[in-house]
Amino acid sequence: MDARDDIYEYSLDTHHSEEAGKKMRKKFMMVLALLSAVTIIEVGMGMIWSRDESMKDILKYTFIILTLVKAGYITMIFMHLGDEKKSFQWTVLAPYFVLIGYLIFICLVEATYAGGTRPGIENYFGF
Amino acid sequence: MSGHVSQTAAPSHSDHSASPWGGGTSPYKVSYGKMMMWFFLISDAFTFSGLLTAYGFMRHKYEDIWPTAGDVFTHFPFYDGHIELAYVALMTFILIASSVTMVLAVEAGHRMKKKSVQFWMVLTILGGAIFVGSQAWEWYHFIHGTEHGAYLLEDGVTVMRHKIDPQTHVLEEGTFLVPENREGSLTEFSGFKEVSGNEAAVMKSTATHIHGANLSHNEYGIPLFADFFFFITGFHGFHVFSGVCINFIIFLMVVEGKFEKTGHYEMVEKSGLYWHFVDLVWVFVFTFFYLL
Repeated sequence: MDARDDIYEYSLDTHHSEEAGKKMRKKFMMVLALLSAVTIIEVGMGMIWSRDESMKDILKYTFIILTLVKAGYITMIFMHLGDEKKSFQWTVLAPYFVLIGYLIFICLVEATYAGGTRPGIENYFGF
Repeated sequence: MSGHVSQTAAPSHSDHSASPWGGGTSPYKVSYGKMMMWFFLISDAFTFSGLLTAYGFMRHKYEDIWPTAGDVFTHFPFYDGHIELAYVALMTFILIASSVTMVLAVEAGHRMKKKSVQFWMVLTILGGAIFVGSQAWEWYHFIHGTEHGAYLLEDGVTVMRHKIDPQTHVLEEGTFLVPENREGSLTEFSGFKEVSGNEAAVMKSTATHIHGANLSHNEYGIPLFADFFFFITGFHGFHVFSGVCINFIIFLMVVEGKFEKTGHYEMVEKSGLYWHFVDLVWVFVFTFFYLL
């Protein structure tokens, strides 16, 4: 196939040296250890506290935060988004955060009212 | 800017370097294919987020009677007892590990080491295949359910379950759990009530004995749980399956030496992006479906 001159094959890092590779491999192994450790901690916490009503909220928010940490490492290190240009990072992430933030907000609010008013909702608003 | 920059494009790039958005350059410094892969992944991320948010909506609505995943997924291969979520945790680890082997393949590609790329890609494909197999195994157990099963009441939706001690997994003979409606409401629930003796016998007389789950009924409780489980893990499993296929095709191209000829392994990087995304989605499915 002939090379087309209207397409640019620019990438920030299509090649790197042996030493750079060594450093990167070390970083990947660190991330693997971290992700595994977080998963084991999550399952362990679930086993110990999942049926304890008083721990329910703490567990919920801990799990969500740990998940976001894991997601961050996967996108930034494994998917190399952290190595891309700032403008590209925002092009990918900003629409996602705005729209999904809105979707989550609206669904959680609506789920409270779906299928009729929840008993006791009048107390919820204080009137 | 090292590496394979198309020879005809390079001069025009330097001409416009003063204004990156003036045309004729690549302001993001990302190739066309890689950028489009990212845009596809954003759209796919929206789909998965939509599914998970819908799941969150229903779960929030039926919060009081939603089954605990720890009670449902307790099987482990070659082990007779019950360990909560251990197998799912293992699956998660396998998928994360295959993500690492993929990133190592990409890294080897940056150093133009063909043998190394092949090796890591084979491991990645294996990891993916094991994961899909494990998911099939999970589905099998969820569809077949437990030995004792449950009773589907006359309305065809509500399930009367055996009361089981969550710690010991021992069944309490003759005692059952049914969702309890909130006062004056048919669609709002306030948890489960225990039923036994004569009351249970009356309910049982018109009920159907069921095992496991499918799209219309679910031994473990509300059918929506099964619906979302099949749809979300199924959609994710399909992504894993197609990821394995794509990786296999790229692997064949690597073996052929196609990328040695082009001078760079960016195709491995692109399929790698897709593969990491599959892992990324699983991290969320794992948390919201199994852990919470």
